[in-house]
Amino acid sequence: MMEERRNSFVREVAEKKYEYGFTTDVHTEIIEKGLSEEVVRLISQKKGEPDWLLQFRLEAFRYWQTLEPPTWGHLQMPSVDFQDISYYADPTKKPSQGDAKGEIDPELMKTFDKLGIPLEERLALSGTAVDAVMDSVSVKTTFREKLREKGIIFCSISEAVREHPDLVREYLGSVVPYRDNFYAALNSAVFSDGSFVYIPRGVRCPMELSTYFRINARGTGQFERTLIVCCDDAYVSYLEGCTAPMRDENQLHAAIVEIVVMENAEVKYSTVQNWYPGDAEGRGGVLNLVTKRGHLRGVNSRLSWTQVETGSAITWKYPSCVLSGDGSQAEFYSVAVTNNHQQADTGTKMIHLGRNTRSTIISKGISAGRSQNSYRGLVKVGSKADGARNYSSCDSLLLGDTCGAHTFPYMDVQNETAVAEHEATTSKISEDQLFYCNQRGISTEDAVGLIVNGYAKDVLNKLPMEFAVEAQKLLGVSLEGSVG
Amino acid sequence: MKSEQQYIELYEANRDVICAHSAPALNALRQQAFLDFCSKGFPSQKEERYKYTDVAAAFAPDYGLNLNRLSIPVNPYEAFRCDVPNLSTSLYFVVNDQFYDGAVRNRPTLPEGVVIDSLSRVATAHPEWVEPYYGRLARSGKDAINALNTMLAQDGLFIRVARDVVVPRPVQIVNVLRADVPLMANRRVLIVLEPGAQMQLLVCDHAMDSHAFLTTQVAEVFVGENANLELYELEETHAANTRFSNVYVDQAANSTATVDHLTLSSGLTRNRTDVTLSGEYAEISMYGAVVADGSQHVDNNTLIDHRVPHCQSNELYKYVLDDHAVGAFAGRVLVREGAQKTVSHETNANLCATRSARMYSQPMLEIYADDVKCSHGSTVGQLNDAALFYMRQRGIPEDEARLLLKFAFVGEVLSNIRLDALRDRLHHLVEKRFRGELGRCAGCAPTSTCKL
Repeated sequence: MMEERRNSFVREVAEKKYEYGFTTDVHTEIIEKGLSEEVVRLISQKKGEPDWLLQFRLEAFRYWQTLEPPTWGHLQMPSVDFQDISYYADPTKKPSQGDAKGEIDPELMKTFDKLGIPLEERLALSGTAVDAVMDSVSVKTTFREKLREKGIIFCSISEAVREHPDLVREYLGSVVPYRDNFYAALNSAVFSDGSFVYIPRGVRCPMELSTYFRINARGTGQFERTLIVCCDDAYVSYLEGCTAPMRDENQLHAAIVEIVVMENAEVKYSTVQNWYPGDAEGRGGVLNLVTKRGHLRGVNSRLSWTQVETGSAITWKYPSCVLSGDGSQAEFYSVAVTNNHQQADTGTKMIHLGRNTRSTIISKGISAGRSQNSYRGLVKVGSKADGARNYSSCDSLLLGDTCGAHTFPYMDVQNETAVAEHEATTSKISEDQLFYCNQRGISTEDAVGLIVNGYAKDVLNKLPMEFAVEAQKLLGVSLEGSVG
Repeated sequence: MKSEQQYIELYEANRDVICAHSAPALNALRQQAFLDFCSKGFPSQKEERYKYTDVAAAFAPDYGLNLNRLSIPVNPYEAFRCDVPNLSTSLYFVVNDQFYDGAVRNRPTLPEGVVIDSLSRVATAHPEWVEPYYGRLARSGKDAINALNTMLAQDGLFIRVARDVVVPRPVQIVNVLRADVPLMANRRVLIVLEPGAQMQLLVCDHAMDSHAFLTTQVAEVFVGENANLELYELEETHAANTRFSNVYVDQAANSTATVDHLTLSSGLTRNRTDVTLSGEYAEISMYGAVVADGSQHVDNNTLIDHRVPHCQSNELYKYVLDDHAVGAFAGRVLVREGAQKTVSHETNANLCATRSARMYSQPMLEIYADDVKCSHGSTVGQLNDAALFYMRQRGIPEDEARLLLKFAFVGEVLSNIRLDALRDRLHHLVEKRFRGELGRCAGCAPTSTCKL
C-alpha cells in the first residue's frame, strides 16, 4: 500500500509540469548563430558601446579562443557547440520601427506578470525595485527615479555604460578578470544585459533591488553581467531570480556577477535559481555556468551570498569572496536541490587576505531521482591574514538510492593564527522521523516537506521574506514524493 | 630533459639485467608497466591526486640503482638496534629494496603456514602464491608510481599467513636504507592473509646513511574473510629522504584492518593508501600522525572505496607543522551505488605552529547510496588559548604547556595503537621530537636536521 502511494507521488512529480516553462510569442531580433570577432563587434555595435569596451571584449574573446572548457567538475557535461548558439537576442525590437525603447510590448509585460514580476510600479510590491532582463536585453527597470533621489544608480549595464562610463570602466572586470576561467572569458567577450548597481557613500538602499532573468528565444544563450558597487558605509540587498521555457535543447547561461564592497559597507545577494531543469529523462534544461565573486575591499565590509538552487540541468557555480579588508566578514548560505537527471557542482571560495577576517559557509544539498549534487569549496588563508576564522558546514540529504551526494572541500592555510573548521554529514530522512510524523496524522509527503524545510531552515531564514516564501514552495515542488 | 626520460632510458638499457635478477612472475608485468609509464609519465600537479606534490621534481635528481643486486656490506642485525623496549617481535630486514637473509642471528620461529621471505625468491619457488595477486591491486595503468615500481622493482617482501593461522608475536620489518652514493630503491611488498588469519605488522623506515635516498614502495595487501590485520608504518628517516609509497588494501567479508601511518622525520613523503572494501561487514580503521618541521613535505592521500553494503570505515589524521613544513591530506571516501548501511567517519585536524608552515586539507565524500551515515570534519588551527592560560595559571611554563597540548593533540592518534610497547615508545619519541631532542631510534644515522 505504502509502496503504491510512494510510486504515485513519484509519477505525479515526474509528470509535473515546470510552472514557468511557457514561451512568449514576441518578435525577437536574433543575430546569426556562431561566435567570431565580427559577432563580438556586432554585439558591441548594437549596444552602441565605446571603443574601450569593444577592446575589452575583443581581448577577452582572443583569450577565450586559447582555452578549453574546464572538466574538473563532478559533472557529465554535454559537449556544447559554441558555434551553434546565437549570442544576441533582443525581444524589445519591433519589426517595423527601429528603436522604440520606452514603450514595452504588451506581450512582454504579460510574460513578466505571469512570472509574478509586475513591471508596472503601482502593481509591484512596494519594497522591491526590479530590473527585468529577457534574453540579451533589459526590458524595464522599475523605481529608478525614486532611487535616483538618494543617489543610487540602478539600471541595466548597457545603460550604465552609456550614462556612467567612468564608473563601469573602473570596476568592470576588477573582481572577475576575463582571464579568470573559460566561461568568464566567454562572458566578457559577448556579455549582454545585466544590472548595474551603485550605492553611494553612507546610503542605505531603501528597498530591495532585484533582477529577473528570463531566457525566451530558442537557440540562444544568456550572458548577463551584473556589477554592484557599494561605497563606504552603504547597504544594499539584491535579489536575483531566473526562469526559462521548456525546450528539449540545452541552453547556455554563462553569467558574471561582480561585487565591490567598500569600508563598513554591506551587501546581501540572494538568488533563487529556477532555470528549466530538463525533463524527467534528462532532455533539455539550462546549463548554468556562472562566475560570481565579491571583493571585500574595505575595512569591516560585509558580504553575504544566499542561494537556493532548484533549477538547471547543470549548475556550475561558486559564489566567492575575496576578503582583503581587515575585519571583513563573508557568509555563504546555500540550498541546492537536484532531482531527476539534474547535476549540481556548487559551493564557494573564501579567500582570506586581510587580518581578522571571518567567513561562514552553510551548505545544504538535497538530491533525489537520479541526480548528482556536489559541494565544492575552497577556504584559503593567506600568510598575512592573522586571526582569520572560518567555519564551514556542509550537509547532504539523499532521497532515493539512485542519486549521489558529494563533498569536496579544500582547505589551504598559511597562517598560524588562523582557525578553519569544516564538517560535513550525509544522511537520508530516517524512517523513524517519517514514522513519527505518520503516527501523528501527517502524510508522508507532508512529512518529507516538513523535514526538508526544517533541514534547509538555516539557509531559508537568511532570505528576504518574499523570496523565502517562494523558495519554500519551490523546495516542496522539487521534491514532493521523491522519498524512497 | 624531462624527468621521465632518464627512467625510460635506464629501463631500455638495462631491461635484461633487471629481469635476470628478478623472478618470472615479476618480469611478466614489466613490459606493460614500461609502456604505461612511457604513455603517462609522471603526473602533473593538475591531477587531483597529485595536487600537492611535485612528483617530476622529486624524481629529477640522478640516483644510483642497484640493478645487479650487489650485496650491501652490512649486517643489519648487528648494525641496527631497534630501541623499542619490551617489544618482542619477529624481526626482519629489508636493506634498500633487498630482503636481507645474510648472517641471521636468532631467525625467528614462526607458526606453520606463515611465510615471510624475499618476494623474488617466493615468486620463483612458489609462483602460485604470487601470480594471482601480483599487480592485481596496484595496476600500472592507474598510477605512474605503480608503473615505475612495477617496471624497476626486482625484490621486496612477501608475507603469507595461511588460513586460520594467528601469528602470535608482532612481526617487525625494518626497511634500512644504506648506501655510499645517493640511491633509489624500488621496493615491492605483497601481503596475503588467508581467511581467518591474524597478524600484527610493524614496518619501520630507517636510513643508516645521510645520503639522499629515493624510495618507491608499492604494497598490495589482501585481507581474506574474517581475517584481521594491523599494519603500522613508522617513518623515521632524514631530510634528504624522499619516499613515495602506495599501499593498496583489499578486504573480503567480515575482515578487519588497521592501517597506521606515522611520519616523524623525513624529507618528502607521499603516502597513497587505497582501501577497497569488497566484502560485506568489512571494517577499516586508518590513522595517521605527522610531526613535521624544517622543510619537510608530507602528503597523505587516501581512498576508501565502499563497494558493498554494511561496511565501516574510520579515518583520523593529525598533523603538527613547524618551521617551513608543508602538510597535505586528501581523503576520499567513495560509497558506491548499492553500498547501503555504510558507516564512514573521517577526521583531519591540523596544527600550524609557524607562519611559514602550510597545510592543505581536503576531505572528500562521494556518495551514491542513500541509507548511509557518513561524515567528515577537518580543522586547521592553533593551540587553545584558554587551555594554555589554565596551565600557566597553575605554574606550568608556557613552553611546557604548549608541548603538553601538542602532545595531547597527537596522542589521540597514538592511543589507537594496540601494540602497547610500541605505543609507549611512540609517545616517548613524539615527546622527544616536540622537545627538539633527538627524535629517532639509536640505529639511525645522525644528520644535520636532527636537533641534538
